[in-house]
Amino acid sequence: MKSTLMVGALLTALTATSAFAQAIKLADVAELSGGGATVGTNWKNGIDLAIEEINAKGGVLGRKLEVTHADSQSNPGVARAQVQKALDAEPYVLLGPGYSGSVKVTAPLAAEAGIAQIMGGEAAELTQAGNKFLFRTSFGQQSSMPKVAKYIHDDMKAKTVAVVWVNNDFGRGGRDMVTKELERLGSKVVADLSTEAGQADFAADVGKIKAANPDAVFVYLNEEESARILKELKRQGVTAPLMGETTLIGQKVIELAGDAANGARGHVGLTTDAPVDLIKAFREKFSKKYNYVPDHNGLKGYLAVYMVKATTEKMGKVDPKKFAETLHGLTIKAADEPGILMDVTFSDTGDIDRQSFLVEVVEGKQVVKQVLPKVK
Amino acid sequence: MTGFAKPLKIALGLAVIAGLIVVPMNFNRYGLFILSQWAVMSIAAMGLNLTLGYAGQVSLAQGAFVGIGAYAAAIMTTHGWPLPAAILVAIVLSFAVGWVLGYPALRVQHHYLAFVTLAFSTLAFLVFRNESWLTGGIYGISNIPRPHIFGIATNKPLPFYYVCLGTLAIVSLAVWWLIRSPWGRAFMALRENPLRAQSLGIDTRRYTLMAFAIGSALGGVAGALYAPLTQYIDPVPFNLSLSLDLLMMVIVGGAGFYFGPFLGAMIAVLLPEWLRFTEGYYLMLYAIAVMLLLIWSPTGILGILDRYLAERRTKAASALRAVAKSRLETAQ
Amino acid sequence: MSNLFDLLVAGLATGAIYALVAVGFTLLWQTSQTINFAQGEFVMLPAFLMLAAMHAGAPFWLAIILGILLSMILLGLGFKMLLVDPMMRHGVLPLAIATMALAIGLKEAVKQFFSAEASPFPSIVPTGDVSIFGHAVSLQSIGVLIVAILAVVGLTTLLNRTSLGHQMQAAAQNPTVARIIGVPVERMILLTFLINAFLVALASLLITPIYLAKFSSGEVLGQAAFIAAIVGGFNQVRGAIAGGLLIGVLDNLAAAYVSTQYRAAVPMIFLIAVILFRPQGLLGRAEERTV
Repeated sequence: MKSTLMVGALLTALTATSAFAQAIKLADVAELSGGGATVGTNWKNGIDLAIEEINAKGGVLGRKLEVTHADSQSNPGVARAQVQKALDAEPYVLLGPGYSGSVKVTAPLAAEAGIAQIMGGEAAELTQAGNKFLFRTSFGQQSSMPKVAKYIHDDMKAKTVAVVWVNNDFGRGGRDMVTKELERLGSKVVADLSTEAGQADFAADVGKIKAANPDAVFVYLNEEESARILKELKRQGVTAPLMGETTLIGQKVIELAGDAANGARGHVGLTTDAPVDLIKAFREKFSKKYNYVPDHNGLKGYLAVYMVKATTEKMGKVDPKKFAETLHGLTIKAADEPGILMDVTFSDTGDIDRQSFLVEVVEGKQVVKQVLPKVK
Repeated sequence: MTGFAKPLKIALGLAVIAGLIVVPMNFNRYGLFILSQWAVMSIAAMGLNLTLGYAGQVSLAQGAFVGIGAYAAAIMTTHGWPLPAAILVAIVLSFAVGWVLGYPALRVQHHYLAFVTLAFSTLAFLVFRNESWLTGGIYGISNIPRPHIFGIATNKPLPFYYVCLGTLAIVSLAVWWLIRSPWGRAFMALRENPLRAQSLGIDTRRYTLMAFAIGSALGGVAGALYAPLTQYIDPVPFNLSLSLDLLMMVIVGGAGFYFGPFLGAMIAVLLPEWLRFTEGYYLMLYAIAVMLLLIWSPTGILGILDRYLAERRTKAASALRAVAKSRLETAQ
Repeated sequence: MSNLFDLLVAGLATGAIYALVAVGFTLLWQTSQTINFAQGEFVMLPAFLMLAAMHAGAPFWLAIILGILLSMILLGLGFKMLLVDPMMRHGVLPLAIATMALAIGLKEAVKQFFSAEASPFPSIVPTGDVSIFGHAVSLQSIGVLIVAILAVVGLTTLLNRTSLGHQMQAAAQNPTVARIIGVPVERMILLTFLINAFLVALASLLITPIYLAKFSSGEVLGQAAFIAAIVGGFNQVRGAIAGGLLIGVLDNLAAAYVSTQYRAAVPMIFLIAVILFRPQGLLGRAEERTV
């Protein structure tokens, strides 16, 4: 213990002379094993890619970025330990976690330490607890689900809707939000179907949808399960229009489901399939480095780092205390900071506002049907 | 553990206890959290060790009992009840559920308890997740308060570590007493030779059931501490893999050894943390380490030590058994 | 009514997958009292071995052969010699725990050295549906079911009708006596491990196109197969088929008629009922030796 302290002190003394060239330290805690491993690995890869790019171009304000990754095992208790460890090392900004439960348990710790936390969780309540240090990298479900419900009610003209969701905190949150909105608009939820993560057999669920005979089906599952239910819907001959989110109509789902994906529609807040040149370029860079096409979590991790860069450059100095204050209300334009990919504005609660799209799968390709503008 | 001279053992024990109290005082918050986790897991593993190591029953539901305790504590303390009351409820609840669960399984055949507890583990997870009115469902329960003990707030990591350590000490003493009581000797007689135990007039089913229910109750205690430790719970940490982890702790530490669970929990909680410097490889290396350890000594860490003392121990055990027998006879 | 038919067919299709995984499970238990908690991961791994061979440029058929051979070396021979042999004499539990650690190790290794992403996997059975009484049934599912039944019929014939099988049974039931009458017990046990490795490789080949090649896909499979094996009868190979199919169908019926949120509960309650009323499993014999 003592010897490491002394070595540490020695190192600090040695590097103190060149303090201005010291690296800016970020800490990432993500789901790198357990149920969220795919989510967390995408997030981590996105972060690494962004940091590599930024450092290759000289860093932020002349200083390099450095990140440590820690695995939360998709378990809130472990996430708490790892965030505590990260905070004990006094990072500039904390990145992650991605699971809403893990965010809930760690957000008070970061706030207490006065360190900004840029996370991947999408549950509505996260930014509604008055935390002044918490920021999203994607739409919260309270901003995406009303758009989905509105589309189902206004454009699909559905009076009755079946809602299929995956029973984890991602799926449950979306289901609660969309059900509330649909009922507010006057569409009735006639089938409410919970499914399991990793479920292979959707015959019973699709059978129930068939029996309920809804005007539209809202599907809110992970990519792999989305592909399976699309196949089963086709097999059992369900013809009601399908509506979902990024996870229903992403390129990966289309690949896995084949022509069963045709006709599915979705609201896309953040996707590597978005018809934006910067995003297409990102996708190319990412696939080249990691040999696979990222999902939206890869984008979130990438954006998190560019949020750090843009905010720091806006402040003109590396100041962890002022970071959160500066990011609140900040608008970052893609023209000024290409890494942010699309113009984005952060609200006072840490929520995100930007353009989004309504997409339909036509003959195995995504076609943009509508561009939904920023709210403000 | 009979190899050392008694004063030496006492001195060693006191040194370890003093170390556990004094050394963490200058730990950072992360170190204290991990150490508290170790204390909590030791309690749960000690319960399972009672079921498995002393009574010879495999339970694959210890994680579910930790969950029951955690939810009891989370629900009660967020509604204003004090933590000791919640711990009491956790004990009673886990004990009762354990009893009801074990009763039919042990009626049929000895080792079917393992399969029944496996099923129960999944059922408990589903109840935690689906009964949102009570458990908050997948959203879980946040803002679980930490208790005031004798008027002292334990919000900070160090005081709460002492709460965990203190509970661990109380549980350890209680278990120490239990396994030296006629009950504990009956448990051991059951494990060594159930048929003979029965012929000696021990009501095997009742004692086995008792061991399982008491072990489960200790799982409940661990859970009741886990909730205020993380201050947030959701169903996921209490699924089957926690039960399997706890089983691993007991076996790796040395099933049936009093100090086995402490060492097993140390391996399961601290070893992955030490290996984290290898980043993506840490869990893989942890798995390999556990396998190597078991290949080296299938009876766990303490089994290695025990191998050298095997002969003396058998003699002592048979003497103990004789004493247990006579005590039980006189008790009846 | 037509809905019920769809449910049954889909349930049988999923159940056949569980059955195929459960067969090897019961085999290992019978011959060496090994409870393999890594059985699900054993099914996950061969697909990655095949994918790796294909990435290295091998055609699909060669990748299959290489994958099966490598599986038999790693998951058969290697598993037996490195993990089972040193621990077999020490009872069921240490080995069971070691296989849990092995499961973690295999998952992490695949995630680290391959990918955390799910990869598509080519199907040897043509994809697509056939129509049976006007209901679409996937060809892949039919393929899995046929192979599962063939595997059990083959194994049962081997065990009951051939002298090799009789030697294996003798080795399993009473190794000491078997040794005295000249049965090469060690070789017989090794053989069952090789057969299990072959079966999991086969299962991997058939199941992965449906489940996708993913490091975590063994978790659900392994647990379902374990439950299926207990329900069917841990000590009978054909019990695995009955247990697997039953669990698959029950799961679907539960989702349709009980509750989607509690669908996983129904097989568990059924499991408890089986233990209470027919502890040796539906097709199992009463246990010949205790654990």
